[in-house]
Amino acid sequence: MPGLGTSFGRGGATTAQQDLANADCVLIQGSSMAEAHPVGFRWVMKARERGATIIHVDPRYSRTSAMADLWVPIRAGGDLVFLGGLVRHVLENELYFESYVRHFTNASVILKEDFRDTEELDGLFSGWNEDTRSYDTSSWMYEGDEADRPRRDPSLQHPRCVFQVLKRHFSRYTPEMVERVAGVPPELFHRVAHALTAASGPERTAAICYAVGWTQHSKGVQIIRTAAILQLLLGNMGRPGGGILALRGHASIQGSTDIPTLYDILPGYLKMPGAGRGESSLEGYYRNNRRRGGLWHQTPAYTVSLLKAYYGDRATAENDWGWRWLPRVTRNHSHFSYWLEMAGGDVEGLFIMGQNPSVGAQNARLERRALAKLRWLVVRDLVEIEPATFWRSDSPEVRRGELDPAEIDTEVFLFPAAGHVEKEGAFTQTQRMLQWRQKAVEPPGDATSEAWFIHQLARRLIAKARESDDPRDEPLRALDWWYPEDEHGEPLMESVLAEINGWYVDPGRGSDADDAIRGEGGEPATPEDGARTGRSGLARAAGGPAGTVYREDAEGRPHHGAQVAGIPVLRDDGSTACGCWIYSGCYGPDGVNRALKRDPHGPYGHGWGFAWPDDRRILYNRASADPEGRPWSERKKLVWWDEGEGRWTGLDTPDFPKTKPPSYRPPDDATGVNAHRGDAPFILHDDGLAWLFVPTGLADGPLPTYYESLESPVKNPLYGRQNNPAVNWLRRPDNEYAERGDPRFPYILTTYRLTEHHTGGGMSRTLPHLSELQPELFVEMSPELAQELGIEKGEWITVASLRGAVEARALPTRRIRPLRVDGHVVHQVAMPFHWGPVGPVKGDVTNDLVPMSEEPNVSIHEGKVVLCTIRKGRRPADGEFDAWMRELREEGGVAP
Amino acid sequence: MASEASPRWPFLRQLLGRTDGTGSDAMSARTRSLKARTDGAAVARSVCPYCGVGCGQLAYHRDGELLAIEGDRESPVSQGTLCPKGSASYQLMTHPTRLQRVRYRAPGASSWSDLDLETAMDMVADRVWESRRRTFVETTSDLPGHDPCRTGPNQAAEPVGHTTAVAHLGGATLDNEENYLIKKLFTGGLGMVAVSNQARI
Amino acid sequence: MSIGQGTESPNQAAHDYLAEGRTVGFFTDPTVCIGCKACEVACKEWNMVPDDGYAWSGHSYDNSGDLGASTWRHVKFLEQDLAAGNQVAGPMTVEPGGEEPFRWLFVSDVCKHCEEAGCLEACPTGSIIRTDNGAVFVQDDVCNGCGACVVGCPFGVIDRRPTPLPGAGGAFKCTFCYDRQAVGLTPACAKACPTESIQFGPLDELKERAAVRVHELRQSGFEDARLYDAADTSVRGVHAFFLLLGDPGAYGLPPRPEVPTVHLGPAWASALTTAVMAMLIAVVAFALW
Repeated sequence: MPGLGTSFGRGGATTAQQDLANADCVLIQGSSMAEAHPVGFRWVMKARERGATIIHVDPRYSRTSAMADLWVPIRAGGDLVFLGGLVRHVLENELYFESYVRHFTNASVILKEDFRDTEELDGLFSGWNEDTRSYDTSSWMYEGDEADRPRRDPSLQHPRCVFQVLKRHFSRYTPEMVERVAGVPPELFHRVAHALTAASGPERTAAICYAVGWTQHSKGVQIIRTAAILQLLLGNMGRPGGGILALRGHASIQGSTDIPTLYDILPGYLKMPGAGRGESSLEGYYRNNRRRGGLWHQTPAYTVSLLKAYYGDRATAENDWGWRWLPRVTRNHSHFSYWLEMAGGDVEGLFIMGQNPSVGAQNARLERRALAKLRWLVVRDLVEIEPATFWRSDSPEVRRGELDPAEIDTEVFLFPAAGHVEKEGAFTQTQRMLQWRQKAVEPPGDATSEAWFIHQLARRLIAKARESDDPRDEPLRALDWWYPEDEHGEPLMESVLAEINGWYVDPGRGSDADDAIRGEGGEPATPEDGARTGRSGLARAAGGPAGTVYREDAEGRPHHGAQVAGIPVLRDDGSTACGCWIYSGCYGPDGVNRALKRDPHGPYGHGWGFAWPDDRRILYNRASADPEGRPWSERKKLVWWDEGEGRWTGLDTPDFPKTKPPSYRPPDDATGVNAHRGDAPFILHDDGLAWLFVPTGLADGPLPTYYESLESPVKNPLYGRQNNPAVNWLRRPDNEYAERGDPRFPYILTTYRLTEHHTGGGMSRTLPHLSELQPELFVEMSPELAQELGIEKGEWITVASLRGAVEARALPTRRIRPLRVDGHVVHQVAMPFHWGPVGPVKGDVTNDLVPMSEEPNVSIHEGKVVLCTIRKGRRPADGEFDAWMRELREEGGVAP
Repeated sequence: MASEASPRWPFLRQLLGRTDGTGSDAMSARTRSLKARTDGAAVARSVCPYCGVGCGQLAYHRDGELLAIEGDRESPVSQGTLCPKGSASYQLMTHPTRLQRVRYRAPGASSWSDLDLETAMDMVADRVWESRRRTFVETTSDLPGHDPCRTGPNQAAEPVGHTTAVAHLGGATLDNEENYLIKKLFTGGLGMVAVSNQARI
Repeated sequence: MSIGQGTESPNQAAHDYLAEGRTVGFFTDPTVCIGCKACEVACKEWNMVPDDGYAWSGHSYDNSGDLGASTWRHVKFLEQDLAAGNQVAGPMTVEPGGEEPFRWLFVSDVCKHCEEAGCLEACPTGSIIRTDNGAVFVQDDVCNGCGACVVGCPFGVIDRRPTPLPGAGGAFKCTFCYDRQAVGLTPACAKACPTESIQFGPLDELKERAAVRVHELRQSGFEDARLYDAADTSVRGVHAFFLLLGDPGAYGLPPRPEVPTVHLGPAWASALTTAVMAMLIAVVAFALW
């Protein structure tokens, strides 16, 4: 999440769901929280009960809107203008939290003279290269003084200081512009502006919640950036009842980025090495990724510790800790990019584990067809899901004659997977909290966990590599696959957690924290008891040094020493191994699995689970105190400086060096967090400050800029540039886009989740108790549009885009309103996307309508704005489908 | 059954029993013995597998059988509550259409056949091994033409050590430890870089 | 609302109401209901109630239809051209300055567990009983499926389950999770409810809380807030009572529910007299014979 990461330092929700109860105002936008995160919404209801104002900005009057004080209908994709309007409102009316902004953000930093804003270049920043369609970001850097330190103007008056640049940048995001672009009348805009600003300041705080309604846009990261700027100006970050809560849609979507199954990062947000960047050696990698100030100064310690975790004894100083064994990234290898290579026949084999791209991914027709080009496919799931059956007679592509099973050479292996109570392990949920699950029962039949599968696959592949002398198999031979197993051949999951936490590599090395394990001693009496204490009752090291839960490998040889206590003890000299540095401390030398702890206390639930890093529940909480370390107000106190004790204290674990006084001023040669002042709360950043302006780390601009969606009915009223210039459209004949205002596709389609289903439906469509609640695909539309098209409630209609056509039931409702945008009435329709051709309840795949595209920073698609048309009646029969689509494309504009 | 001991008709019971005849005296033996099936069962502390809220769950089980899943009231996030999906997670684990055997579709086939788990694992390992062997890219000079890092014959090549022809999708529904092992084996061991999941960071 | 009370919430805390013979109830408050249907699912999961068909209704988000033999909790969805208290719901028309009110209400309906329960009175088999915590409970093992209770319920709650569902023929409805309450657990629906729109507890305490809630809501713009407890009808009050915005009719609730057997009291008495007289006549006749 570079939107949050570049603004604050870490790509994770900054707050805890429970803390929403402390907010004086909650703005929910880009999310229907009550529907997609009902239990999290409990805390919004608590805030409402305490008198907070709840605002919901959304194209639909949803179950969230029903609970809000204020519902603001908005054109899908207009969010950046709306938020930008709020930023302008705060700046122009001097409603910002002056002391907070001046001390804790980079507002006072002066930019280089050659920086040019989008206001000057009509929608581009300086550094744009039209040939490479990318920015040279050197002009976005700070202006340095003689010692190359950023120059500042604490008065915030210098015309090139960030504060003034920001003001000019958003100066045209007026309430009138908000209305023109987003369809929100000024009167309503002012209500929101008033509620939000009245709930911000020393005595009050406002929180913002978002989900994929913000991220799934061709400018998604920049929408989040706008919210970050707004919250910084209002002084709401790091404070109780404030912050930005990113609502994650899967049980461990945060976990799967922290410990990524993603192409461009390694565990703990270390970047994957790339070719062509001078990263052949670790030294070159450090040059690109190490920072002088902040925690990233320790990049070498985190990297070497990861390499020691991956390659064990084989990683040595002599071989650059096995650096060359890591593969190099050479291009975009993310989902859509490699899928298109697959469609071109360049991918031989694919693993799919717990994901349903045939329903849940965009341009799902293309997603499904590409599978037929594979030599082999492994799908692991609880049930038979669509990607495993693309070759079968019930597949839409087979039905329509686009694929012939006899000619599909793909071997498909469909493995039964274990469910969440049939294996143990941790999810990291939306507020960065690791929660370990105990195993209740064995999985049915041959169902196994992913851990079992990978472990058994690893054993087979490593055995093959050991029989080979091919140098390319060296990484496999070097891989430290040491895990002890249970009687089913399943690796002991706490041994993996111990590796993630990290340890001293010397098997004789005891814990610095003495005999913590033996000191506390004793096995838990019951599993429940174990949960309370975090001790699972699994095998313990016998006779090993204190602080080592699993000391021996599968062959019974001593493998490592004591588990480390946390991030600060990690080293770059090969003495520590750590699988994910930000998680370090979750399973320390006391042998307590903190992810399993179930003994909550205090307002933030400490003692229950482990929130990375170091069990800090509200990130950047140093900002809850003023520069001198005193709470901004009694009502909003969280963490403060205890002068007598000489340390930070409070209701949460301080997200700051524990004993660094507010008055600390770094010497010139200081590095790491020691290079930060005592009043610099954003400790990941080089300068310890939050970034209103992002000089480095974003591909599409240092400040958020409004661009129209890739498919849009109107011209961008703000700039000559219609779309985000750096976006990757992935245009091809089967992934086409409607032009601006294309008369063939007059309506905006936005997609959303229902409470009663889950994403691609593999975990909900097969359950009678959920399917009966929402058995069919439908389209929500305004009664006005239904009337215009002569559509009655419940009748079948066909929704079509340039990518495909799906049939669904019509559901006219006043919950969808036509909007007036730039003088025109714009109709929006909304569809959930949970159905597919397999299972007890079936339906067309909404994602057949949505194009594949890649936002410049994170390669996310634009799923929330698509242009479509609507026809009465069911979609054409299978044999006529292609001809119908062709006709739609070529003739177009057929009146419904 | 209690009904054998006392007449069924309320008015007769009323007549004979001097109560209104509809209270506990009218309970059948079965009703009298009713109690929650989870009473006294073992419980595992679990977490809901659906969205990112992370609601605490209690998974009740006895003799290897799952009995019920409900909210964990001690969770500071969910305080015992669950949404409809979380409430349905007992059915998620126990519904009859869950897969129990490895299914295999041979090239050109139009239906599934069954496969023994160990055999399937061996076959998958062979497929990975062969595909990786065929498609491994040693240096930037071996990259395909469309790759921006490709180096020409007169340029200095850099090591690459990857394959893009074996890919992975999924992770946001898996455990951290599983994602760790996937990344360690696939990327750290096999050199797979086309690894992706639901998350976009 | 008791959000934030954690283990102390009446919806979560262990209790002993059944043993204490304390009358319990449900208070359902739609002003905090998010229409998630967790109650419907939690009920079905715990009580192993089968699904009853995959039919899309087109009536807002309600595809459960009505309470019945296989739907013991049912969330109603009302889209109304009325304001929800002081809520500002964005421009509801594209005409400049046009304001047309709109609200979307959700309320979780359930068996009312009437003080004078029509089903119980109508049941000829003794299957339907009053438990020690005041709930109306159908004993599956006693029920013979005669259906007298179905017509006896003034709310249309109880019903016989059709074939081919498990237990077909028998009459079913909310059990108030008697089995759970027997061991001190709260009913599954109230326990699951994410926003505590369904509140479980001793009936007298709930009534106090409800009175305060109605007062608060009326103060804060919900002028049409009222309680629905059928206290002044022949039902003599319900143990599962509701806060409503507006008229009960809009929710499909009878404005004045009546127990059909209310007129049967005298009839029972005269039937009894007739029977006794007949017996006496017979005895006398035998004696004289």
